[in-house]
Amino acid sequence: MSDFDFAVIIDALPWLFAQGLVFTLKLTLLSTVLAVALGTALALMRLSVNRAVSWLAAGYVNLFRALPLILIIFWFYFLVPYIVGWVNGSGVPVPVGGFTSALITFTLFEAAYFCEIIRAGILAVPRGQTDAGYALGLNYAGVMRTIVLPQAFRNMTPVLLTQVIVLFQDTSLVYVLSLTDFLGAANIVAQRDGRLVEMFIFAALVYFVISYAASRLVRRLQARYGVARQG
Amino acid sequence: MNYNWNWSIFMDLSPDGTGTYLDTLIRGACWTLGVSVVAWGLALLAGFVVGVLGTTRIAWVERLCRAWVELFRNVPLLVQMFLWYFVVPELLPASAGDFIKQSDPVLSTFWTAAVCLGLFTSARIAEQVRAGITSLPAGQAMAGTALGLTRWQVYRWVSLPATVRMIMPPLTSEALNLVKNSSVAFTIGLLEITGAARSMQEFSFQIFESFAAATVLYVLINIMIVFLMRRLEKSMQVPGFMGTAK
Repeated sequence: MSDFDFAVIIDALPWLFAQGLVFTLKLTLLSTVLAVALGTALALMRLSVNRAVSWLAAGYVNLFRALPLILIIFWFYFLVPYIVGWVNGSGVPVPVGGFTSALITFTLFEAAYFCEIIRAGILAVPRGQTDAGYALGLNYAGVMRTIVLPQAFRNMTPVLLTQVIVLFQDTSLVYVLSLTDFLGAANIVAQRDGRLVEMFIFAALVYFVISYAASRLVRRLQARYGVARQG
Repeated sequence: MNYNWNWSIFMDLSPDGTGTYLDTLIRGACWTLGVSVVAWGLALLAGFVVGVLGTTRIAWVERLCRAWVELFRNVPLLVQMFLWYFVVPELLPASAGDFIKQSDPVLSTFWTAAVCLGLFTSARIAEQVRAGITSLPAGQAMAGTALGLTRWQVYRWVSLPATVRMIMPPLTSEALNLVKNSSVAFTIGLLEITGAARSMQEFSFQIFESFAAATVLYVLINIMIVFLMRRLEKSMQVPGFMGTAK
């Protein structure tokens, strides 16, 4: 422990943040946006009166929630090139790049988790509100867009944000594809300089500070939202 | 899709000389189950201790428990795995570190993964236990004290039996999470299901058959755990008590 070398960390700092952390945050934010959109669609499908549609969505959600993320990362890493080749008609696998592959994977995977959160949010909106919307002459899309979903999202904001923090931590698993996210970058420096102790402790510290600060923020938000809802 | 399916690949011998690819996968399932069971025992033990200590109303003890939970919750599991595998042996006294480094690599990987997964899960169980105990009506513990029970006896005979029954559903999902999380142990070289599928894919080039087999194994283990936990939940039910099946 006495030979803990801070210089290794300081030298690598600019690259770690500019390359690694930017990659991690970009992946987190993009896949959050896409996964919330897909998750909302899945939630609406799960709550559909059409049995086939709701079973399809339920099957999707249950399958993704039963499997480890690492396995799904591998699945899509190999599957996506085949699908792209099949879609563009060439029949030959098309390489899509690590970031795209990871983005597709996290979007499809996290959508299953966001779906369950949003579904719970929708179910918590009192039935009378939907009925009132229909009575006012709104159609299904109108009721959902202007009455149910805004309340569902508002009530579920803390849970959704907590899931984003989980997603932020999960992005470290792209390490298995040798991508340079924050952990991947730290690992490259660690192996190059033979300084595993310093780099991994530093990586853990950075992840901890960001996640902990974010979760404190969510808790404060939750307190404020709770008060606002009673008023 | 331009892919050569070959489902009979599972019967082919794998080049590592330990039998067929199917054997590799089954051994992977055993590692997954083994590491999950050991980690689950550790997680229950540490989780209940930390959870109970978190309700003692002794400020510094509660703060310590809070720190335990926040520490394991806010660092990605993969980073924790690397810390246990690469960093902890360096920080230990030289003799202990050397003992770890010189022991059988397969076993040391297994125990490292089990400790890492167990402590990671313990933080989540501790939260459930603490929330469960806190949510009980305060009158129950008071009644226990009025009957002359000591503090430990109140936990043992009043609070914990009610809490355990109450948190069975979240415990089930934690058990499922643990099995899924055990796939992270593949990054430090444990050949559990994901690792076995990955090595089969690299040797045989039958990508999708390998991952399909892993998928099926995970789904089977999931079903098994849900079934076992439901049985356990039923056998513990107290008639007329909350959470009793309709």
